[in-house]
Amino acid sequence: MGSRASSLLREEEIEEIKKETGFSHSQITRLYSRFTSLDKGENGTLGREDFQRIPELAINPLGDRIINAFFPEGEDQVNFRGFMRTLAHFRPIEDNEKNKDPTASEPLNSRINKLLFAFQLYDLDRDDKISRDELLQVLRMMVLRMMVGVNISDEQLGSIADRTIQEADQNGDNSISFNEFIKVLEKVDVEQKMSIRFLH
Amino acid sequence: MACRTCLWLLGTAFFTCTVRLVVEGTEVGAPQGSHPEPGVVGSNHSQAGGGHGSSISGIQIVTFKWHHVEAPYLIALWILVAGVSKMVVELNHSLTSVIPESALLILIGWILGGIIYGAGKMQTFTLTPTVFFFYLLPQVILDAGYFMPNKLFFSNMGAILVYAVIGTCWNAATVGLGLWGCWLGGAMGDIDIGLLQFLLFGSLIAAVDPVAVIAVFEEVHVNEVLFIMVFGESLLNDGVTVVLFNVFDAFVSLGGAEIDAVEIIKGIISFFVVAFGGSLVGIIFALLISLLTRCTKNIQIIEPGFIFILGYLSYLTAEMLSLSAILSIVFCGICCQKYINANMDECSVTTVRYVMKVFANGSETIIFVFLGISAIDPAIWVWNTGFILLTLLFIFVFRFIGVFLLTWILNKYRLVPLEFIDQVVMSYGGLRGAVAYGLVAMLDENKFKEKNLMVSTTLIVVYFTVMLQGITMKPLVTWLKVKRAAVTELTLAEKIQNRTFDHMLVAIEDISGQIGHNYMRDKWHNFEERWLCWLLMKPSARKSRDYIFNIFHQLNLKDAMSYVKEGERRGSLAFVRNETKADVDFNKKFRASFSEIMPDIMADNMGPDHVPLSSILQDIVPSVCLDMHEQDLEMRESEDFNAHHLLQQHLYRGRKQHRHRYSRSHLETNKDENEVQEIFQRTMRSRLESFKSAKMGVAPAKKIQTKHQKKDKPQKMPNGNSTDKSKNHPYGDKDLEFSEGDCGSGGEAAGDLFPMRAYGVEAGIVNPAFMAEMDPMDNMQQMQQIPHVALLPQTLNSFDP
Repeated sequence: MGSRASSLLREEEIEEIKKETGFSHSQITRLYSRFTSLDKGENGTLGREDFQRIPELAINPLGDRIINAFFPEGEDQVNFRGFMRTLAHFRPIEDNEKNKDPTASEPLNSRINKLLFAFQLYDLDRDDKISRDELLQVLRMMVLRMMVGVNISDEQLGSIADRTIQEADQNGDNSISFNEFIKVLEKVDVEQKMSIRFLH
Repeated sequence: MACRTCLWLLGTAFFTCTVRLVVEGTEVGAPQGSHPEPGVVGSNHSQAGGGHGSSISGIQIVTFKWHHVEAPYLIALWILVAGVSKMVVELNHSLTSVIPESALLILIGWILGGIIYGAGKMQTFTLTPTVFFFYLLPQVILDAGYFMPNKLFFSNMGAILVYAVIGTCWNAATVGLGLWGCWLGGAMGDIDIGLLQFLLFGSLIAAVDPVAVIAVFEEVHVNEVLFIMVFGESLLNDGVTVVLFNVFDAFVSLGGAEIDAVEIIKGIISFFVVAFGGSLVGIIFALLISLLTRCTKNIQIIEPGFIFILGYLSYLTAEMLSLSAILSIVFCGICCQKYINANMDECSVTTVRYVMKVFANGSETIIFVFLGISAIDPAIWVWNTGFILLTLLFIFVFRFIGVFLLTWILNKYRLVPLEFIDQVVMSYGGLRGAVAYGLVAMLDENKFKEKNLMVSTTLIVVYFTVMLQGITMKPLVTWLKVKRAAVTELTLAEKIQNRTFDHMLVAIEDISGQIGHNYMRDKWHNFEERWLCWLLMKPSARKSRDYIFNIFHQLNLKDAMSYVKEGERRGSLAFVRNETKADVDFNKKFRASFSEIMPDIMADNMGPDHVPLSSILQDIVPSVCLDMHEQDLEMRESEDFNAHHLLQQHLYRGRKQHRHRYSRSHLETNKDENEVQEIFQRTMRSRLESFKSAKMGVAPAKKIQTKHQKKDKPQKMPNGNSTDKSKNHPYGDKDLEFSEGDCGSGGEAAGDLFPMRAYGVEAGIVNPAFMAEMDPMDNMQQMQQIPHVALLPQTLNSFDP
């Protein structure tokens, strides 16, 4: 499977992906074989049901939203480039990238882009604001669901959501904009908390 | 003043010692000397009966029965002396900020030792290995394990293990071989020693000591990753040290000729057995403790005792099976903390925490004082310049080399590489301490001719590291601009976001098909939630486990505490009654339905800095609490002032708290009183302003609700204010605090709505007529309240404006 898969991926494509996302050659090949293994229909793109077939993702509270994040606006299929582009957000920031040429465009795994990804997980309707309801939905999903008997009322979740918004909200519009989101998380080590080590 | 107290205390100590010695001298014939047998501190006479022996001529009204109480008396006296020394040390705060407490305690130990020596008595009081390993060390390590930040520890476990195992082996080998090489080269003169003895010495001096590390790093708050590295290493390297010590001890006994490949392989196998066996024993005992606390509901008063006894038993069991006792008790503490904190009653949890700290602190003090005293014993002093200086040099240099080498390898695999400065601090923080001394004192003099030399060297190494490196640690950390521990508490948004990140990372790891760190952690979490919590936690504890809920609960508790404090400061909680939105319903919400909740939130590696507040609350405030967020919800919907200004003054923001501050002596959060006050005043001021500026009658019509009701919905008054439910104003109806001119307007407005003007004088009094307008309230509730309202007229009439 390995050699067949990599032969389907042309060298120029690998180079382009490398430049765009910053992954190394071996990482791209490895992720390509993962892509093809997920792609049961073998049509070179992944649909939502392909993701949903991953068992652990089903029990993840944010599973659906993350799957959504892979698909660009309004589309139902994602190709390998799109797949890599989303995954690139989670690449660790390397030291040599920190001093990059400021005129070059932001790499996909920069702090801002990572935060944007996280922001969009909350903001489903893409209005650039996290409203109370959107926050409430996320909280509801994250509350412990496995154990029976833990029931947190919507009211209580609502108050948590309220307080969270209160903390972050600066212009009083009862929702969190992207800038407020960035400000609230300025002390958090996003680079570490939102990165995984991609195997070579 | 401080000087005088200091001198007075020193004098007392001196006096105590002299008295003791005099008493000793009159009773005991020959001096004891430092005896290697197991024995309690000091001499241990078995006294069958009264010691006087002479015939009694008549009835003695009072007799001096020294021998009767000698042993326990001496022990107690020594503990007292250690405590007093600590008091003396802590007198001058500016001194302790420069010189770490441990160094000062050793100093006092020297002074005391000098006094004893000067009084002519040989050292009867030294730190014998038995006392140290059986009575003084276990509680320190149990304390370390119980308060360990688990998430941090396990996420850095790989690195910690590398340093502990490979690093210690490296240190042991290099120091031993280096010294041997120098001995061969003749740098040490003529001493009767061999390669194996050098290796043994190297192995016992190589280990970083947990007691010393805690003592020194407590003063210097470095960032948590750095701290956990050094600290975790100091705890886990015991596995290696024990094995190396035993192996080389056996080799020395066997003699050099008997060593062959089989023995070496046996040595390597014994390492795995000792390390994993010890941890396993600890985990088994942790399971036992958790199961036990599950059933101790009816004997809550002695619940805390079980923790200590079982912890100690885990130590002794491992020791009995010749496994690593320190690893056993560490893992016992680490594994059981979550379950026992959930299962036990809040008071028991508090008790355990404080008692643990008392024991650990006390032990540490005694250890350091005795380390000082043990030095003043001329019998053990053998000076060999070459040996001592070379040892010091080697442990220092090889530690640096070892750490840098290992870090270079580790950084290839770590997500967040360890920086150069952190590595420097880690190398410098490799302190040796009492464990090394205990081990060296256990050596057999007949096999090790140069035992005294080794003892002296060990003592000098310990003094060097604890005192010199301890004193210079803080300036070094400041000079190198090491990242310090975060001082502020996480905001609510950050906490929730951390959770989100965790889930995100797991999902991405799943999608990209690799088994990473997050995946493993998630799998463990799921397993734990399904099986372990079911097994080890009480059903009621299980319900309140959720992280989000706990956050919510904590915030409300904090709010409530702060309001109560402010209320007490002002003399009453009547200011609550002024408020438009004081929604006094905490009790109903939480006490009734979640009465067994553990407020001790240890989820997600917040250190145990949260004092269980609700126990205090129960005593002070039976029914008052504030649901601030609900009020603000109402406000924003109905009023027109800037909600966000008000909200920014919320109490839970900007509170300073020392997270992960591994402190021996401080358990509570740093509540900055001034800050709380200021926030209160601002909040109150703005509330009063809003009260004034509100157009409609913002009169807080409050209902009395004395019954717990099942579900509390924020009652909406016609003008959009929520109601305030307060009990029979236990804080005095006579309080006029609210009257800042608002009473009038409130009353006026209230008068329009509430025909019963008499009640409107105090803004916070219930108005029964109003109750009928409560929409969400069902008739049931109304019925319940009317009889209670009837009580009011009496209280009001007694009120004298």
